[in-house]
Amino acid sequence: MADFFAFLLSYETLRVIWWLFIGILLIGFAITDGFDLGVGTLLPFLGRNDEERRVIINVVGPTWEGNQVWFILGGGAVFAAWPPVYATAFSGFFIALILTLFAMILRPVGFDYRSKLPNPSWRKFWDWGLFVGGAVPALVFGVAFGNLLLGVPFHFDADLRAYYTGGFLGLLNPFGLLAGIVSLSMLVMHGAVYLQLRTEGEIQQRARWTVTLATLLFLVAFALAGVWMLFWVDGYRLESFAGTAAPSNPLAKTVVRDNGALLARYAQYPWMLVAPCMGFGGAILAWLSSLSRRPGFGFIASSLALAGVILTAGFSLFPFIMPSSSDPNSSLTVWDATSSHLTLKWMFGVTLVFLPIVLAYTTWVFGKLRGTVTVAQVRAADKVMY
Amino acid sequence: MISETLIELSRLQFALTAMYHFLFVPLTLGLSFLLAIMESVYVMTGKTVYQDMVRFWGKLFGINFALGVATGITMEFQFGTNWAYYSHYVGDIFGTPLAIEGLMAFFLESTFIGLFFFGWDRLSKVQHLVVTWLVALGSNLSALWILIANGWMQNPVGTVFNPETMRMEMTSFGELLFNPVAQVKFVHTVSAGYVTGAVFVLAISAWYLLKGRDLSFARRSFAIATAFGLASTLSVITLGDESGYELGDVQKVKLAAIEAMWETEPAPASFTLFGFPDDETMTTERQLRIPYLLGLIATRSIDTPVVGLKELIIRNEARVRRGMKSYAALEQWRAGARDDATRAQLLEAHDDLGYALLLKRYAPRVLDASEEQIKQAARDTIPKVAPLFWSFRLMVGFGMWMLLLFALSFYYCARRQAGHKRWLLWAAVCSLPLPWLSSELGWFVAEYGRQPWTVSGMLPTRLSTSTLSVGQVTFSLSGFVLFYSALLIVELFLMIKYARLGPSSLGTGRYHFENGGPAPATPHAATLP
Repeated sequence: MADFFAFLLSYETLRVIWWLFIGILLIGFAITDGFDLGVGTLLPFLGRNDEERRVIINVVGPTWEGNQVWFILGGGAVFAAWPPVYATAFSGFFIALILTLFAMILRPVGFDYRSKLPNPSWRKFWDWGLFVGGAVPALVFGVAFGNLLLGVPFHFDADLRAYYTGGFLGLLNPFGLLAGIVSLSMLVMHGAVYLQLRTEGEIQQRARWTVTLATLLFLVAFALAGVWMLFWVDGYRLESFAGTAAPSNPLAKTVVRDNGALLARYAQYPWMLVAPCMGFGGAILAWLSSLSRRPGFGFIASSLALAGVILTAGFSLFPFIMPSSSDPNSSLTVWDATSSHLTLKWMFGVTLVFLPIVLAYTTWVFGKLRGTVTVAQVRAADKVMY
Repeated sequence: MISETLIELSRLQFALTAMYHFLFVPLTLGLSFLLAIMESVYVMTGKTVYQDMVRFWGKLFGINFALGVATGITMEFQFGTNWAYYSHYVGDIFGTPLAIEGLMAFFLESTFIGLFFFGWDRLSKVQHLVVTWLVALGSNLSALWILIANGWMQNPVGTVFNPETMRMEMTSFGELLFNPVAQVKFVHTVSAGYVTGAVFVLAISAWYLLKGRDLSFARRSFAIATAFGLASTLSVITLGDESGYELGDVQKVKLAAIEAMWETEPAPASFTLFGFPDDETMTTERQLRIPYLLGLIATRSIDTPVVGLKELIIRNEARVRRGMKSYAALEQWRAGARDDATRAQLLEAHDDLGYALLLKRYAPRVLDASEEQIKQAARDTIPKVAPLFWSFRLMVGFGMWMLLLFALSFYYCARRQAGHKRWLLWAAVCSLPLPWLSSELGWFVAEYGRQPWTVSGMLPTRLSTSTLSVGQVTFSLSGFVLFYSALLIVELFLMIKYARLGPSSLGTGRYHFENGGPAPATPHAATLP
């Protein structure tokens, strides 16, 4: 038993555990706030008049706020567990991140303020605000991940100050944009399934067709991105490094770029194929469930697809978190970009205690707020609902 | 080399976004508590008017909360986007409370806020009350963790420099958690939030009373705000004093600057009530001083001297020199001398390493700094005095005024005359902006007073930024200014509109505007129009 705890709390294990935790946070974010982003993107298109749009907004209105905390917590957890990644990625992707922040700021205001005034142009303005607040982050997160997979141009000086040498437009390369489409289409799929689950009549019908469209787009984009990655994207390989329990200094290693690295990895660890299979399988299942009018099952399936896609990206990179294309030795990996052993231990303990509590009350709250939202409800509670 | 403009723009952006954020935070802190109190009264008495109070003040709470969240997202990510070197250098400690804040507090608050607004028909009375209390608890816990993070920047404890990773690393989670500066800052800040909530409800209720509308609703709101506000104001002032005491212990420079104490005085030092501090000559013109008072406030004793700025500069010069020794060992370490002797030399003076980093401004290689540059670096450890001196006095003045306001309101409420004292009601209405002004001034004193450091004595602000171009930060800064200002205008517009509508905005048919005239005497007697 003592051995087990020594193993569990060793620096090496905790580094892997934190890689998993960040992954879980990302997946939690994608599953919960992901459908809010998808629903926001669909709002102006699936709601044909003010009341329909209010129905759509109120499907996510009472819970989006809590869901967004997955994103905030993701930021905080990366800060605490991977400070060099937080520093380098966020300052590197500066313009992209600032634009995402502007877009995300539109959401709390859009949800809360839109229906507080009856003026139609006011409401229309916020409908598009919510669209931007949904679509832009969904797209940018994908673009960012696409670029992580490619490697981004940065290096450190002797003080470990990070220098990012690619511009904003450099992020908008074809593969990055394709990854953006993967992420946007999967979140739209997820949001549409959720709308199908919680609305009735015409809106539900439109959501159902949207699931079909978005899933097809997602399947094509995901497959394309996979083929592209396997054959045309250089992978990165750790040539030598200070060890899995060494102090976190990203400069103490050598890394080579290798065209066949990714294929070799999946050949070596075939079980990793589970992740892309989850991506494809979950999406197909979500689509079939939606067609056969079982959106509840569809929601579980599309959640599975989301998890599969995120895990695919994680597995393809591991142990890298953020490879550097301009100076591969500066790349950030699970072994050299974490906090100190003590910090990882404390954060591990805190997470073990509080994450289950969060999951428990979130489930309770969703349970209390379940059921469909209808035009009649919106009419009856004009001054209370969003 | 990082340009001067980049540093100034980054500082300006952080200051602006933080101050915008803190326009919304205190009201969230205070009003969430007031809502929980009002709802407790509702559950205990069963009177509908209390439920209407929760719903109406809750509507205003929601308008404010939306912008609190909107501006808060920026804060979580701005350390990474604009202060990347800071994030790398101290993220091992500083990131922890931020992450715990999300997990323990913000999740709680944000998950239950939806149920607070939309759960009235889906929950029992008691369940809903619990939800409201959880929202209040969540927002207060949020403040706790943020102030643990900020308290650490003011008084960095439980930390050691690690030459292998070129950053500060945590040595004790307990010290971070129980940092005395963080504890007093927390109580002071949340109490200030409670005062903000109380003044908000007090002022708007006073306005209804002046207009002679929604009387039973307004009187009750006024009374609850008065009681809560009086207790909170007393707490802010007494615990503000407490933080002065902590300043005396840990942040001597800030205290001396706030008090424009140039010379060390024999204990107990006198308090400068008024004067014109001059940084060049290091004197204060036309000062009005009260003997003994400062010594009593800052040291809680009559025999401990309060150290003056001139002496602190001399002490800090010694720290710069000592820090250079540590830096010399660091350079040897980096050149390959990774032996225990070098490490020991590095760690011996590692708590002064930050003072050596101040030299980077003048001598990028640090060790070749001239005598003149060392003296200048020591001089740089003193922030500008006049802005701190005045901000602090204004903050305290507003605080005293609010104490008087609540004391008078309490007195007349107890005698059941508050509704008829028009001068008192007008005073309450006019005091509406004061808690916000005080909060902003208080943060200004805390953060500007910490300059030239981001982390006191450890990391100079100048070294903390990201390596961005001036154009990038100009883009983000102007974007934030335009965007936030537009949102603020929209928020104020909605806030004023709904405050004017009053409880009639609930559409219950029981209030002013709803029956073509003033509200009926008893809310229950109302009929739908």
